[in-house]
Amino acid sequence: MAVSAQTLVKPTEKKRKPALFNAKRLKKNWRLYVLILPTFLCFLVFSYIPMYGVLIAFKDYVPVLGIWNSPWVGFKYFNQFFQSYYFWDLIRNTLGIQVYGLIVGFPLPIILALALNEMKDGVWKKFSQTITYAPNFISVVVMGGMIIAFLDPSTGIINHALQAVGIQPIAFMSDPKWFKTVYVLSSVWQGTGWGSVIYLAALAGVDPALHEAAIVDGASKIQRIWHINLPAIVPTMVILLILNVGSLFSMGYEKILLLQNPLNLSSSNVIATFVYKQGLLDGQYSYAAAVGLFNSAINAILLIVVNKIARRVSDNSLW
Amino acid sequence: MHENHLIKDTRADKVFKSVLYVFIALAVLLVLYPLIYIVSASVSDPAAVNSGQMWLLPKGFTLDGYKVILNYGDIWRGYGMTIFYTLAGTAVSLALTIPCAYAISRPDFSGKKWFTNFMLVTMFVGGGLIPSYLLIRALGWVDTVWAIIIPGAASIYNIIVTRSFFQSSIPWEMQEAAIVDGATDFQLFFKIVLPLSAPIIAVMALFYGVGQWNSYFSALVYLQNKNLYPLQMVLRQILVLQDMQQGAATGATVTQSAAQAAFSKEQLVAVIKYGVMIVSSLPVILIYPFLQRFFVKGVLIGSLKG
Repeated sequence: MAVSAQTLVKPTEKKRKPALFNAKRLKKNWRLYVLILPTFLCFLVFSYIPMYGVLIAFKDYVPVLGIWNSPWVGFKYFNQFFQSYYFWDLIRNTLGIQVYGLIVGFPLPIILALALNEMKDGVWKKFSQTITYAPNFISVVVMGGMIIAFLDPSTGIINHALQAVGIQPIAFMSDPKWFKTVYVLSSVWQGTGWGSVIYLAALAGVDPALHEAAIVDGASKIQRIWHINLPAIVPTMVILLILNVGSLFSMGYEKILLLQNPLNLSSSNVIATFVYKQGLLDGQYSYAAAVGLFNSAINAILLIVVNKIARRVSDNSLW
Repeated sequence: MHENHLIKDTRADKVFKSVLYVFIALAVLLVLYPLIYIVSASVSDPAAVNSGQMWLLPKGFTLDGYKVILNYGDIWRGYGMTIFYTLAGTAVSLALTIPCAYAISRPDFSGKKWFTNFMLVTMFVGGGLIPSYLLIRALGWVDTVWAIIIPGAASIYNIIVTRSFFQSSIPWEMQEAAIVDGATDFQLFFKIVLPLSAPIIAVMALFYGVGQWNSYFSALVYLQNKNLYPLQMVLRQILVLQDMQQGAATGATVTQSAAQAAFSKEQLVAVIKYGVMIVSSLPVILIYPFLQRFFVKGVLIGSLKG
C-alpha cells in the first residue's frame, strides 16, 4: 500500500477539465455510468418528479386534468393557509415540540458519551452501551403502544406509581398540557443512547498523550474532561446542532400521528400531520401541497441561516 | 471499583467518578425497566397488570396472551408480509446503494461530483408527501407491494456512508494496478471490490432491513388492502387505535376465532398488547446484541465524512 501508482497515472488526468459529457471520458467510464444508472433513475423519478409535482400548490389540482393542465391559482392556497384558523396553532406546536426536544434532548447524549468514555473497557461498559442503545431499534408503533399503555389513567404503570406516592392519576394522553412532554421525554428515552455513539467516536480520537500530560500537570478528572474531551467533540456538536436547528420545522409524521387524538389535538396538531390529514384524508391536494411547500421553504431558509451563523462563530459548518 | 493507578485519583476525582457511575447506572435502569416490565406483563394475568400489582416480576403467570396471538390471523399475515417487504426491500436497497456508491467513490469517475450533488440535493429539497403520493397513484402503485419496496429504497445518507467505506478501506492503488492489468470497471467492482466489501454490505443490510421492518408510514399512506398490511400496521390497529377506542371507526378488524370469542375487544387488547410488542420486535431483539457492533460501525463510517 505504501508504494503509490498514483503519481504514474494521475498527471494526465489532472490537466483535463472535468466535463460530464466528454465523449472520451464517457467511453472510458461507461461501465461506471451503468452501475449508477438504476440509482440515478430512482432519484430522478421518486425525488425529482415530486419536485415538479409541487406545482399543484400554485394550481387548482383536478385529477382528470393532471398537474400541467390544472388551472393556475397563484398563491391562493398559501393565503388560505396563512389566514386559516389553525395557522398559528400549527406553527406554535411544531416549533414548541421541536425546541423543547432540542433543549432536553441535545445535551443528554453528550453527557452520556462523556460518562461512558470514563468507564474502563469491560463487561459493564459493554452492557451499559448495549442496553442504552437498544431502544433505538424499537419500532415507532411499538413505542406509541408503550406510551399509550404506560400512561393510561386507570391501568398504566406510571399512574399507578403516581398514586402510590399520593398523586392523583393524570390523563396524559387526553390532556393537551402534557402532550409535548410525553412526546419529548419518550424520544429522549428512545434516542439518547444511540445519540451518544457519534460522540463516543469523536472521544475515541482524543490523543491519550494529552491526558497523560494533563495528569502530570495535576489536572483533575473534571478539568481534563472540560479542557480536553469537551473541545474534542465540539465540531461534532456544532454539526449536529446545525442539523437539528435547521430541521426545526421538518418534524416527522410518524410518532406524532400515532399519539394524536381529538382530545390532545390543540397541542399535537403540527404542520406535518396537518398536511397528511388535509391532503390524504380529505383529498385537498393543492392546499396540502401548499402547506408542505411553505414548510420546506422555511426549513431550507432556516438551514442556510444557521449554517451561515455557525460558519461565522466557529470553524464548523455543513458547507 | 478500587484500582491502583500509576498516579492516584484525588478525592475529588473519586467523588466525580462515583457521580458518573451513578449517572450511567440511572440511565441503564431507566431504559431497562420498561423493557423488563413489558416482558413480565406479557406473561402475567392482565388483571394484575392493569391494577398495578404487577410492577416488576410476572404475577399470575399465564401464557394466554401468547395463545391468543398464536391464533390471531392478522398478526401472522402481517408477519409474512413484513418478512417479504424486509427481504425484498433490503435486496433492492443494496442493489441501488452499493454499485452507485462504488461509482462515486472512484476518483477517476468523471461524473462523480455531479451525481453526488444530484442525490445530495434531495436531502434538503423535496416535493413532500402530497406530490409523492400523486406520483405513486399515477404509476398505479397504490395498493401494490411496489409502493412499499421501491420509492424509498435508495437512501443518500447510506450511499454516502458506503462511499466513505470504499474510499477509506479499499486501496485505490490496488484498483489502479488492476486497471493497468486491463480489468474493466465491471470486473473491478464484481471481482475485486465486492469480495472486500462484506462489512459494509452487512452494515447496510442491517440499516435497511431494520428500517423496513419497523416502518409503517408508507403502508399507511399507500395501502388500503389489509391483506398487504405489514406487521407494524396490524400492531397499530391493536396497540394504538383500539386503545383509543376508535377501532370501529377506523375499521380495525379482529378475526373472531374461537379462542378470541370469549373476550371483549378491550379485554383482548389487554391480554395481548404486551405480547405483540415482544413478538413483533423478536427478530430485531434476537439479532441486535450480536450485530450491535455493525450498527455502531455504520454510524462511525458515516461520521468520518460529515
